[in-house]
Amino acid sequence: MTDPLLEVDDLHVRFSVAGGGLLGTGRRMLHAVNGIGFSLAKGECLSIVGESGCGKSTTALSVLGLQEPTEGTIRYRGQPLTGQGAPGRMQRAKAVQMVFQDPYASLNPRQSVRTSLAAPLRLHGITAASEIADRIEVMLASVGLTPEQAKRYPHEFSGGQRQRIGIARALILEPEIVVLDEPVSALDVSIRAQIINLLLDLQEKLGLGYLMISHDLSVVEHMSDRVLVMFFGQVVEEGGWRDIFERPAHPYTRRLIAAIPDPDAALNPGTKDHFADAPLPAGRSFAFDGSTAPDIFSAPPPSELVEIAPGHRMRLVPVV
Amino acid sequence: MTAPLLDISELHLGVAVGRSVNRPLLKGVSFQIMPGEAYGLVGESGSGKSVTTLAVMGLLKKPLAVSGGEILFKGQNLLELPKREMRRLRGNRIAMIFQEPMTALNPLSTIGRQIAEMFVLHQGKSWDEAQKLAVEALASVRVPNPDRRARNYPHQMSGGLRQRVMIAMALACNPDLLIADEPTTALDVTVQAEVLRLIKELCAERGTAVLFISHDLGVIASICQRVGVMYAGCLVEENETSALFATPRHEYTRGLLGALPRFGSRSLHGRKRLVDIDSIIADRSKLTETRFIASRSAEEGGQP
Repeated sequence: MTDPLLEVDDLHVRFSVAGGGLLGTGRRMLHAVNGIGFSLAKGECLSIVGESGCGKSTTALSVLGLQEPTEGTIRYRGQPLTGQGAPGRMQRAKAVQMVFQDPYASLNPRQSVRTSLAAPLRLHGITAASEIADRIEVMLASVGLTPEQAKRYPHEFSGGQRQRIGIARALILEPEIVVLDEPVSALDVSIRAQIINLLLDLQEKLGLGYLMISHDLSVVEHMSDRVLVMFFGQVVEEGGWRDIFERPAHPYTRRLIAAIPDPDAALNPGTKDHFADAPLPAGRSFAFDGSTAPDIFSAPPPSELVEIAPGHRMRLVPVV
Repeated sequence: MTAPLLDISELHLGVAVGRSVNRPLLKGVSFQIMPGEAYGLVGESGSGKSVTTLAVMGLLKKPLAVSGGEILFKGQNLLELPKREMRRLRGNRIAMIFQEPMTALNPLSTIGRQIAEMFVLHQGKSWDEAQKLAVEALASVRVPNPDRRARNYPHQMSGGLRQRVMIAMALACNPDLLIADEPTTALDVTVQAEVLRLIKELCAERGTAVLFISHDLGVIASICQRVGVMYAGCLVEENETSALFATPRHEYTRGLLGALPRFGSRSLHGRKRLVDIDSIIADRSKLTETRFIASRSAEEGGQP
């Protein structure tokens, strides 16, 4: 077993939000992320799924260092990325990079592709013009663009091509971890397929660790090795992709899966909507079934992730 | 054989560039929707599905203009209808749900008033009566606490609720045809499932025909009886939903289905690369030369 690239342990993020009172009285703490823990190995794709507001993006921002966690630790190759002794942004940029959802908003319209790609290299001390040109050429080729396209500006590209540029920019510093925030949800079906294929190819070739955030479960099933299902700041179920998609045990996970607009299920009703109930460990029940929203301003009631099969864990509470 | 509710034949539509050049956007689109039928138009961005609906609604703006063909609604050619007549139909007999409810609703007016407006404009009701009907309309789309919600402004509601309001407004006058242009794209999966179920149930209940636009084949499959696949301004294939998914005949449809990560396929076949449509046919302009339009069989006349 190799050491994990990234370890996140008991991550909490709380935001202070204005209450109803005057002069800032009645400020309350919004519990966005409540004790998330996971690890990511080299060449692995870990997906975080859940609905808007469940804390999946906040978790990703913490990993990127854009959101300081309230509690908990994030370690990269054993070195802490947060708190005392954390590396600066420069070192972090070599470890973790991000591909954004909207390729129209995430590129600077006034910078040519070459300028966008060269800036991180220069900042990291690669100043020889020939080396920069070489690296840009190699990177563009590996995302399926031609070197001539480097002198063009973002508006000259289609959505799919822009997402390729976004991927090139994320990979130019050769990070080991790439955070993919809904990488294909803004793209058309055929373009989406191309980008998914490209991401899978790059992962195999470069051994990248992907942390993918998505609510498109068919894409998640296609790409992931492991899946975390989040509900209001907590992981309710985690496991390998087969555990989550073939043997989902938590009612919330099942509800998410049932909601996928799936042509096969829609046309042949009754084929996929029944999963055998997994036996719950004695004396435990579900902490919540996902049908009612918990209070986001208080800490969640104590519950724990219980292993129900090797690598397949689910959030349960003891029955009182 | 019943007459189709909406009969679009050989619709040509173009955008005027400069004085004399007219770039075609729709190159002879024809399809029919029977009363009570749910018809899906699927295609990528730029394939012309949204302009088709705008043409039906009579909402085309310059430089877009219809250059040929006709749109018959209950035998009436909508393209030749005077503006005043069209305004009477729009919202009343043909209603539309838009993709982004926040931009489609008026932020300065309560949603109760916006729904009530439909009854006042189209049915000549008094405002008092219309307000009561608006609350009923909200209840019919299963908005909890319709009384209180009717006094809300759009920004006080979540995306799913706003889309329900749009549906309530669209169905307020019991239209014959509901046009839904990507109504669930901006929503979460679980909310999307609820909104789709709502559209499906309400329209089946009231016998409203639906023209459903989406790029999501899964959404189309779960709601429509027949599907038309659009590509580059042409309807390249049309068939019953199950037949289209089981035996796609057009190269482009096959590519589109192969490009979709199908749920459960990884368990059966392992993780394969998805189909890249560009690789199927190098010259994508050739794709529109052949079309596969399945003829409607006699017994499924479209009556529910």
